[in-house]
Amino acid sequence: MTYIPNTDADRQAMMEAIGIGSVEELLTVIPTGVRLDGALDLPPALSELELHDTMGEMAARNGSADRMASFVGGGMYDHFVPSAIGHLAGRSEFLTSYTPYQPEVSQGTLQGIYEFQTMICELTGLDVANASMYDGASATAEAAMLARSATRRDRVILAGSVHPHYIETVRTYAHGPGISVETLPCPNGTLDPDLLESALDDDTACVIVQHPNFFGCLESMRDLERVVHGAGALLVMAVDPISLGVIESPGAYGADIAVGEGQSMGNQVSYGGPALGFFAARDRFVRRMPGRIAGQTVDQENRRGFVLTLQAREQHIRRDKATSNICTSQQLNALMATIYLSLIGKEGLKQVAELCLHKSHYAAERIADLPGFELAFDRPFFKEFVVRTPAAPGEIVTRLADDGLLTGIDLRRFPSLEIENGLLIAVTERRTRAQIDRLVEALGKFS
Amino acid sequence: MSEPLIFELSSPGRRGVSLPTPDVPVRPVSSYLPDADLRGTPPGLPEVSEVDVVRHYTRLSTLNYHPDRAMYPLGSCTIKHNPKVNEDMAALPGFARLHPMQQDETCQGGLQLMYELSRDLAEIAGLEGVTLQPAAGAHGELTGLMVMRAYHEARGHARRKVIIPDSAHGTNPASVTLVGYETVQIPTNAHGLVDTGRLAELIDEETAAFMLTNPNTLGLFESEIRTIADIVHDAGALLYMDGANLNAVLGITRPGDMGFDVVHFNLHKTFSTPHGGGGPGAGPVGVRSDLVRFLPTPVPVKDGDAYRFDYDRPDSIGRVRGFGGSFGMMVRAYAYIRANGPDGLRQVSENAILNANYIMRRLEKHYPRTVLVHGTQKETPIPAEVPCQHEFVASGTRFRAHGVRMLDIAKRLLDYGFYAPTIYFPLIVPEAAMVEPTETESKESIDRFIDAMTAIAEEVENDPELVRNAPHTTPVGRLDEARAAHPKTLNLRYEKSLAE
Ligand SMILES: Cc1ncc(COP(=O)(O)O)c(C=O)c1O
Repeated sequence: MTYIPNTDADRQAMMEAIGIGSVEELLTVIPTGVRLDGALDLPPALSELELHDTMGEMAARNGSADRMASFVGGGMYDHFVPSAIGHLAGRSEFLTSYTPYQPEVSQGTLQGIYEFQTMICELTGLDVANASMYDGASATAEAAMLARSATRRDRVILAGSVHPHYIETVRTYAHGPGISVETLPCPNGTLDPDLLESALDDDTACVIVQHPNFFGCLESMRDLERVVHGAGALLVMAVDPISLGVIESPGAYGADIAVGEGQSMGNQVSYGGPALGFFAARDRFVRRMPGRIAGQTVDQENRRGFVLTLQAREQHIRRDKATSNICTSQQLNALMATIYLSLIGKEGLKQVAELCLHKSHYAAERIADLPGFELAFDRPFFKEFVVRTPAAPGEIVTRLADDGLLTGIDLRRFPSLEIENGLLIAVTERRTRAQIDRLVEALGKFS
Repeated sequence: MSEPLIFELSSPGRRGVSLPTPDVPVRPVSSYLPDADLRGTPPGLPEVSEVDVVRHYTRLSTLNYHPDRAMYPLGSCTIKHNPKVNEDMAALPGFARLHPMQQDETCQGGLQLMYELSRDLAEIAGLEGVTLQPAAGAHGELTGLMVMRAYHEARGHARRKVIIPDSAHGTNPASVTLVGYETVQIPTNAHGLVDTGRLAELIDEETAAFMLTNPNTLGLFESEIRTIADIVHDAGALLYMDGANLNAVLGITRPGDMGFDVVHFNLHKTFSTPHGGGGPGAGPVGVRSDLVRFLPTPVPVKDGDAYRFDYDRPDSIGRVRGFGGSFGMMVRAYAYIRANGPDGLRQVSENAILNANYIMRRLEKHYPRTVLVHGTQKETPIPAEVPCQHEFVASGTRFRAHGVRMLDIAKRLLDYGFYAPTIYFPLIVPEAAMVEPTETESKESIDRFIDAMTAIAEEVENDPELVRNAPHTTPVGRLDEARAAHPKTLNLRYEKSLAE
């Protein structure tokens, strides 16, 4: 099955029109020494029907959340995705077009970006936001790069309670340009402001904290902010957008940059992507921001319209002096987030956040009542928490999968955390009391 | 009439989705969280109903031009038809609702797909190993550069420079800087190709890599690619292929066979995953055998009949993002490769090349191919006998005499119902228009495009004003870009806060 409309007769007519006898004549520029002998070694073509069957079978071999009750989080969450999102974002006009290089015929995408930027600023309480980043981890790494260029300092400090993938990604990005990265241990689940104070120096560009953090706990943001700014460093906060329905905004805490994973806003978990990263900052950093940014303007007849703007930051203009290399980002996912936030609205976001609080606390309390189980950290949490288990968490997760439960994340998968018998459990608004009770009962078998 | 902002449609009390009432015991929020952490001012999100949302975004969508309507000849971006079955496959709940932090035993289908896609991409590239982690082409470049840096470091010397042609895409030099290397630019010769003599002079023991697009960004095949590879390898450097133009070579030649050591793929170009108005995409990277150990962690592997992620890669550069990559794009690319099979993929490239040459030849009278020769700034024609590959770059300098620029022609094309080619890239073609039809345009569709371009060339002679003031039929006219370049135009919240 190919998707080529032209027939042999069409090709013949085209070749005649340009005076060639075969396509081979167009390939003479490719030296024979590098030409492929024979065909690629790939499986033979499938019809559309066969494709459905083959891939349907593959998908069915996964224990996905349509068939299992999922308590897995750790940066992506099984939040409810209202139906209208897929129907709207699936429209060809949004799905198949590309970066709005011709704004006159791309106002749908551009206005969508402007609305997205506004919503991200509303959520984060910051001045400016871009059109999207690849994901939460790479957005965090780009925040570190921005902090370095804005402060001309070369050191980045991360709380050890930040998502391990974010920490690893920051380290990967930092290596080439020679940024030194330090991670501060958080044995009690959150970053100790005194420890941070002693680690800060006048070469520290920024401190990166996540709030709620990887363990679900709230950090001592007010104290951390005071310490970070006291040392002249920037405060970068990675946040869960759903939490911002009840938890204070990064802007109000005094953060300079807020980043995060936007999947929770109307995007499927999709085995890790595509979803979106978001990036917001104080206005003084706008000319150092990575990524596309849309701005409002007018046309010759004074009609409102939107264009990509401040492009002097970007790779196609500034090349090796660009603030980032990002070109294609996550526009459709950002649109889905925008539609999600429109549907859910001001009240709805608060309601989802409160449902997460109620359900996760109900689950945590019931699990902590089981003999042998306890909450690992005595800190306020939002929708996710760590329990210490009487048996190896990996074994619990494997055994409970047979009962149709995706129990959570065995923290031994992240050796750098040095947490023994830690199981990270996430409870979103999507979990019912019956599912939670089933989880508790199943865990009880290990008491 | 312009469409209001979603915020302007807001009316207190409206709701777009209903949520369940709590089925667990409920306590006040302040019993869960400290007062100091409770949100003071709620975010100013709109209050709208579902019908408001559906109509608003449907109306907005109608303001977009898109390739499901007609040809979208945006050169370098490979805007081909996106098969609809791919969308259904990616939406299967077994894929869409699979969580990346589940244990591997419950993700066997997902891992199998990733494993097989990596293997198929490696075969297409003629290279040994592939990472699927990068999120886009530019992210693939960055990953590839990190891998190359790790290779040099492992040999004891990181080196300092990366050479790129002056015709390169902007992401190439931007990625070079991000990895802590310096860009050295090499001029393109009068044939629109790499000047191999100049390359031999520029390359030295501080050169980490040469980054090249092949076919290059002029749509020309670098026939001396083996010589280039030898020069690069003799200097101990690596040869990187920007795979943005892979749509020209499927099953015809392979990056590895040409001598490239590293290549990135753009799944959203060659492998038909839709561009989404600017993403998502995916930028897997393929490498030769001795570079495999540096690829990002984790890597999907097969042990007997079971698949798993391998995290034990001590020499890896680490992660370049969270989780395993843009899996939804992998599903679509996998479906596309399986649907086409080996012969189908080769037909893709052959048809893409034929379509581009047909347009190029039929338009060359009005839109000739030229290149600015470095130093002299002299505009030189590309030799007429040289075919283009899957795209070509035409120059519009001859329209200057009528006060018309390529920008004007692009805008006028919108009136004719086509999206515009990529303009003003590459930088070495004056008044550039880069045309890439792809294999999914039929002869009729291409003929309509040729007719439109020809008609515009005639309009430039007869009524240049009409072209200069285009577009005339689009939802908005030309927009004042300077006016948008201020933080206050970037979102409603900031604009309001300034007003207060
Ligand atoms: C030649 C070339 N290289 C690199 C890129 C960057 O790819 P992406 O936009 O997927 O990051 C593009 C496309 O935009 C391109 O055309």
